Amino acid sequence: MAQLLEVDQLKVSFRSHGGEVQAVRGVSFNIGHGEVLAVVGESGCGKSVTAQAIMKLLPKRGCRIKQGSIHFDGKDLLKLSGKEMKQIKGSQISMVFQDPMTSLNPTMKIGIQIAEGIIKHKGLNKTQAKARALELLKLAGIPNPESRYNQYPHELSGGMRQRVLIAIALACDPKLLIADEPTTALDVTIQAQILDLMKDLQHKFGTSIMLITHDLGVVAEMAQNVIVMYAGIVVESGTVADILERPKHPYTMGLLNSLPNYEEGEKERLIPIEGSPPDLYDPPKGCPFAARCEFAMEICVGELPEPFAVNDGHHSRCWLNDPRAPKVTEFAAAGRDES
Amino acid sequence: MTEMLLEVENLKKYFNVGKHSLKAVDNVSFSVRRGETLGLVGESGSGKSTLGRTIVGLNEATGGKMVFEGRDVSTLSKKEKRKYNRIVQMIFQDPHASLNPRMKVGDIIAEGMDAHKLASGKERMHRIFSLLERVGLQGDHAKRYPHEFSGGQRQRIGIARALAVEPKFIVADEPISALDVSIQAQVINLMEDLQREMGLTFLFIAHDLGMVKHISDRIGVMYLGSFMELADSGDLFSEPLHPYTQALLSAIPAPTVSREKQERIILKGDPPSPISPPSGCRFRTRCPHAMEVCAAAVPEWKEIRPQHWTACHLY
Repeated sequence: MAQLLEVDQLKVSFRSHGGEVQAVRGVSFNIGHGEVLAVVGESGCGKSVTAQAIMKLLPKRGCRIKQGSIHFDGKDLLKLSGKEMKQIKGSQISMVFQDPMTSLNPTMKIGIQIAEGIIKHKGLNKTQAKARALELLKLAGIPNPESRYNQYPHELSGGMRQRVLIAIALACDPKLLIADEPTTALDVTIQAQILDLMKDLQHKFGTSIMLITHDLGVVAEMAQNVIVMYAGIVVESGTVADILERPKHPYTMGLLNSLPNYEEGEKERLIPIEGSPPDLYDPPKGCPFAARCEFAMEICVGELPEPFAVNDGHHSRCWLNDPRAPKVTEFAAAGRDES
Repeated sequence: MTEMLLEVENLKKYFNVGKHSLKAVDNVSFSVRRGETLGLVGESGSGKSTLGRTIVGLNEATGGKMVFEGRDVSTLSKKEKRKYNRIVQMIFQDPHASLNPRMKVGDIIAEGMDAHKLASGKERMHRIFSLLERVGLQGDHAKRYPHEFSGGQRQRIGIARALAVEPKFIVADEPISALDVSIQAQVINLMEDLQREMGLTFLFIAHDLGMVKHISDRIGVMYLGSFMELADSGDLFSEPLHPYTQALLSAIPAPTVSREKQERIILKGDPPSPISPPSGCRFRTRCPHAMEVCAAAVPEWKEIRPQHWTACHLY
């Protein structure tokens, strides 16, 4: 089956006074129909820039897509005109942002903000659009949709605003929903509500979701497949079980090890990843993680490997996965293996 | 017997909002043992930061009593109050906003030492260097400005600043929330090492329950300005008594796929406004076990099991 979204060798750079920041340095991944793909990584790893490139939301000034292609439903988004892109944005691909406090227009009633897209893309008249908007508010789990329809964003709590954003995003039955840290700004009990809602709607409509997050708990909850990004490249990709249970890249292992153990038992010392991510003005020639990696070898500093296929669908961009490399993976994941 | 470092009795902090009063902290009582880490969890608006700020003296309490090392804080003389302000320090959440961008790191760290006249000249310089090294930075970082450092490094500077005045008690208000996962563990390990070496006592405020469990000896759960539950961190996680704690714990998504997932308790709705909290139990509007009595009477703060306190009509 053809993929819904195919991103191939995407490279994005920003020009700034200090030089060129290579934010995304050759990222490739696919999202299938109805698939939930999680994109994991720390601040500055390029996950949001990748999403913005797909939505063509990158700033015009100082930013350049240097290489690569983004195919959506068979069309190369990078080759589309502004007008053609506008038709896809909002109706076929839509986005939910991190901060529900700033992503809504504070001067517009929330009902109108939902209806706006429906009128534009679906060609419905105002009354029909209002009916559809009310239906969406109800689907998004907002009580008393009729009275909420006429409220302004400041009258709603953070969780409610995030529900409104989801309603707006789903208004035109998009094929792909890009959710950039949709629950990061919310409290855990509200996060649980929103994740539940997203799962529910995903089942109902079969929407594909690209879920950007740094929370591996959210990944386990939502995703089927995962890509792990570090310093502008994909270091590991696979199913959610591959990544969380059988990680093959030392960075992924490090991320998992640095989380506190939720299980019962003796309090163990956390195992942090020492150091900090590299400067993307002048990214290292070899593996960007080598400087922080406890297993780094000579070759790691000099040369970045291509992804190794660990098994079907599970790839790791690390020399340790070369058949000639010493076996260290079991030792590295030891911290989490007892369970 | 463990000695109590701080005892808080019926502490209240109200803010005036127009005609109303917002009860950010309402009748909170607990104590902190010398050398322990007491974790404080709760959602935004639960009053946990206000409580921390009131303890260090950044807010003035509306009512209630704080007893530190056996002395009522409100009765301290001016000189004694200065000493209290020195030995009770705070680490803030946002490492970008809590350091003065126009001051050099060395001066930021030494500001408290200067104010309390703890060291000057060579001794001052020497202390700055050793503090920087102690928190994992380098001595020559003292000459740089905050913007030259990453988030994790800035948090280390904030910790060095708190340590500079030889505190006994540190209130850490979400010290790791703004940091990336791999950096969080670095800062937590540093805090644990410092506690062991210097005999510090921590009040650790956070909303990340996993980290709170890891670092805390005991944990208090707050909701709308009041304590719902207080227990040893193991007991709180294995046998949470209060329905709010149960919901809070079940809401954490665990980063694993193989383990059997426990049934999620999903709370309905949002927390009510602290300007007009519900009558009786504050949690009753979202509580799956709410009964008639919950609306009528405020549940008593009781020790249900040894060292396990909760305020709920179920017990």
